[in-house]
Amino acid sequence: MEPLITDRRGLMRQAAAAGLSFLLPCLAPAAARRRGTDRPASLIVLWMNGGMSQLETWDPHPGTLSGGLTKAIRTSAQGVQISHLLPRMAEQMHQCLLIRSLHSKEGDHEKGAAFVRTGYNPEPTLAYPTLGSVIARQLPQASLQIPPYILLNPRIPVPESGYLGNEWNAFRVFRPGENVANLTASVPDQRLQRRLQGLDVVGREFARRRPLAEQVTLQQDLTRRAVQMMQSEQLAAFQLDDEPAALQDSYGRNDFGRGCLVARKLVETGVRVVEVTLPGFDTHISNHEGHITQCQILDPAMSALLQDLQQRDLLQSVIVLCISEFGRTPRINPADGRDHWPSWFSCVVAGGGFRRGAVLGATAGEIPTGDSPAPLDPVSVPEVYATILSQLGIDGSQEVITPVGRPIRFASAAPDLRLLHSGS
Amino acid sequence: MRWLKWISLPVLGLLLSAVVQTAGSVEAPLSSPAAVPADQQLDTAVAQLNQYFQQRWQQAGLQPAAQADELTVFRRVSLALFGCVPALAEIKAFEQDQQPNRLDRWIVRMLQDDRFGRYFADRLARSLTGVEQGPLFIFRRDRLRDWLAEQLLADASWGRMTRDLIAAEGLWTDQPAANFITIARLENEELDEVKLAGRTARMFLGQRIDCAQCHDHPFDPQWKQRHFEGLAAWYCQATVSLAGVTDFDRDKNQQPVVYKVAEPGKDQQSGRTVDPAVPFNEDWLPATGSLRSRLATWVTHPDNRRFERAIANRIWGLMVGRPLLDPVDDLPHPEDSAPPDALDLLGAEFRRRGEKLSVLIRLIALSQPWQLSSESPEQDLQLLRQQQDHWAVFPLVRLRPEQVIGSLFQAGRVRMVDQNSHPLIRFQKMTSENDFIQEYGDAGEDELNAQSGSITQSLLKMNGRFTADSLKVDLLSGPAEVLQLSPDDATIIENSFLMCLTRRPSAEEQQYFLEQLKDNRNQAVEDLFWALFNSPEFSWNH
Repeated sequence: MEPLITDRRGLMRQAAAAGLSFLLPCLAPAAARRRGTDRPASLIVLWMNGGMSQLETWDPHPGTLSGGLTKAIRTSAQGVQISHLLPRMAEQMHQCLLIRSLHSKEGDHEKGAAFVRTGYNPEPTLAYPTLGSVIARQLPQASLQIPPYILLNPRIPVPESGYLGNEWNAFRVFRPGENVANLTASVPDQRLQRRLQGLDVVGREFARRRPLAEQVTLQQDLTRRAVQMMQSEQLAAFQLDDEPAALQDSYGRNDFGRGCLVARKLVETGVRVVEVTLPGFDTHISNHEGHITQCQILDPAMSALLQDLQQRDLLQSVIVLCISEFGRTPRINPADGRDHWPSWFSCVVAGGGFRRGAVLGATAGEIPTGDSPAPLDPVSVPEVYATILSQLGIDGSQEVITPVGRPIRFASAAPDLRLLHSGS
Repeated sequence: MRWLKWISLPVLGLLLSAVVQTAGSVEAPLSSPAAVPADQQLDTAVAQLNQYFQQRWQQAGLQPAAQADELTVFRRVSLALFGCVPALAEIKAFEQDQQPNRLDRWIVRMLQDDRFGRYFADRLARSLTGVEQGPLFIFRRDRLRDWLAEQLLADASWGRMTRDLIAAEGLWTDQPAANFITIARLENEELDEVKLAGRTARMFLGQRIDCAQCHDHPFDPQWKQRHFEGLAAWYCQATVSLAGVTDFDRDKNQQPVVYKVAEPGKDQQSGRTVDPAVPFNEDWLPATGSLRSRLATWVTHPDNRRFERAIANRIWGLMVGRPLLDPVDDLPHPEDSAPPDALDLLGAEFRRRGEKLSVLIRLIALSQPWQLSSESPEQDLQLLRQQQDHWAVFPLVRLRPEQVIGSLFQAGRVRMVDQNSHPLIRFQKMTSENDFIQEYGDAGEDELNAQSGSITQSLLKMNGRFTADSLKVDLLSGPAEVLQLSPDDATIIENSFLMCLTRRPSAEEQQYFLEQLKDNRNQAVEDLFWALFNSPEFSWNH
């Protein structure tokens, strides 16, 4: 029997020795050991898929018609109260900025998600890139051997990169903490080597006949990067085997909890953007019970993540954003559910120089009639994104020319100073 | 576990019959398609189209690329019409057919093949309704797709299909064209007239005016916001209820139903009234009929050049992967004084021949640009771009995910995977198609934009189960048959190349793989298929 991979770098060495054009290694020394502000900045998005109810989480209104059964509890941030369903997050709110006045026009899941993920209203004629794609493209990281933009437990099938092109699409991992699919060759090393050699022969013939045009396929680059990733020690960031059991327990032993822990490991390795999805928020029926279940997953995972990042001195360079495509109606429907409500909803931002222990925006507890009034101190999604970009050192006002010839800015708004820590 | 026994028996039966069907290598050879009747030949139109391009190249001072060999062109046709590479059996039959007009005769036959109906209907359904899931229950993409396939195989008029789509009435299940309307139903159960107007303009007039929902068109002074609103107003009487799509000209209070436009965020009923209007040639509107049927007649009016140009550009895009004028749905207004361009020439023949999509498909496939090679020794990027812009070289275009998995599935088998294939094989194809696209990533609505591949896709092709399944040398597989049926090593390599890349190996390739076959032959054939599947040549149209 042929030996399985014994030396992770073996294949790269063999490839280099064989002179294969697309296998030349381009390894920079491993980075990301640095801490504090002296390290590459990253973003972790916790995506609450389906539309999280602000009233059961970040913006409770106990004792009002809209408030339902949710109580408010005090938190580690002075004067800030959140839902009693998030007791562990209550202990972390001193690290967070809570925005209660996000607003959108899109009450449909697909369009709402498109708006909140890109910061642009969806248009049928131009696909916008998500915030993650923009960051991945604008902040290249030479030492990274795994993709710069990773989705854990994703639910949204739409490509992320929009007009930026496939290259900036996210890498999807459906079961975080388990082996990542398609990263292991189905044959032993030596045979993979032979296969790559055959590929090189066939690929050369194709390229020889169209030397310039062939370059658009990026084939050599993609194969090189795929092989590099298959062999990379950075893949360990996807694995949880070596993480202490107590730490894994604190995040929660479920896909979202594992995803949050993997997200921490990935940003530590230098990945720029990680998005972890928690599905199941579309509570048109039995909203309160639904949110009890959801919060039992979110509360430990998000609080453990913030604590973990803080303890590792990563919270200055990593921004954590917990957000959803829209909120849920102040009115409770006859099925004890809440329906879609884009008029106002909440998000939480922590780290990366954002304000700590503060609240922006306010909503009323009564059920609106007629045209829905704007929330107090409204903050727009594009403003949040422009601010995140600027904190990561990206100028959101920079224009790129899209394939249809339209110049578009990365962010459609300017950074909002209200969101930032006064010292940053 | 008695139930398991009862279930397993028929499954075993199916499996056995699949083995017998596949293993029995004696199969009636594919016959050559019959001659195309004289009155259906397109020689004159093809000559005009070629003359147009030749003049264009001459004016630009460009030398067109050489003619591609006919197998390469055959591969392009198969990818465009069936969404997969041709089967080895088809390639052999095509090569043996030495009668005149071989390509056109084969295309005509392919246009009657179930595979064409299914694959092309899916492409058209995407153009018509995008990729969104649509409202639950009342949007049935499968029904729309089946209907489109029926129409395509019946060679129906695109004008008639368009009128059916815009003016559809009835249930989304038994009047499948109605799904073009029902997908636009909003959560509040109203129809989104704005969405319907945008789709109508893009699909049938080749004009993006969605931006005019909020402001005038930024580049085209012809299109104002009022045009968009006027177009949307034609849809204001359509409703979707349990009875299906119906038009009501009176509301429940017996008041006339009118279209209102409100400021963003305000209640629509509080807005100003906008009357149905068309952006040009009001004289094409019939005086009577429902609002939607009048709009449908106007859109497809024989003098509306936009209609034929829009579909000609889209079919070119679907065939080549890149539309003649990019973007596919933002064409300049046709000037009467301008000499006819390629879209006009295509459009004129399309109109002359009963507005059939098959005419556009054949014309494009028989035209010189389609038959040019993608090979270009050009080292000057600017010159290459110029060649590409003028269609003086066939562009390299990444295959759609459906084409990649379709080809992967077909190339792993010697015979055609079609309606005559064993049910088990067809079922296997359908499930692997869905699973593969989910992992590979859908191209989305914006499917005619040139994009490179991604690392996820490379990993999936290198290490994924779809590749592993197709290259395995086992009982039911193509690679095994190639090993068993080819008389010598050189033929094994040749057949493998034909199955995957629709070409024969070069001398260098032949020599390299002959050397490999000296060892463990099963492994060597699997590794050969692996290399072919992962080559850029496999995943790109060329």
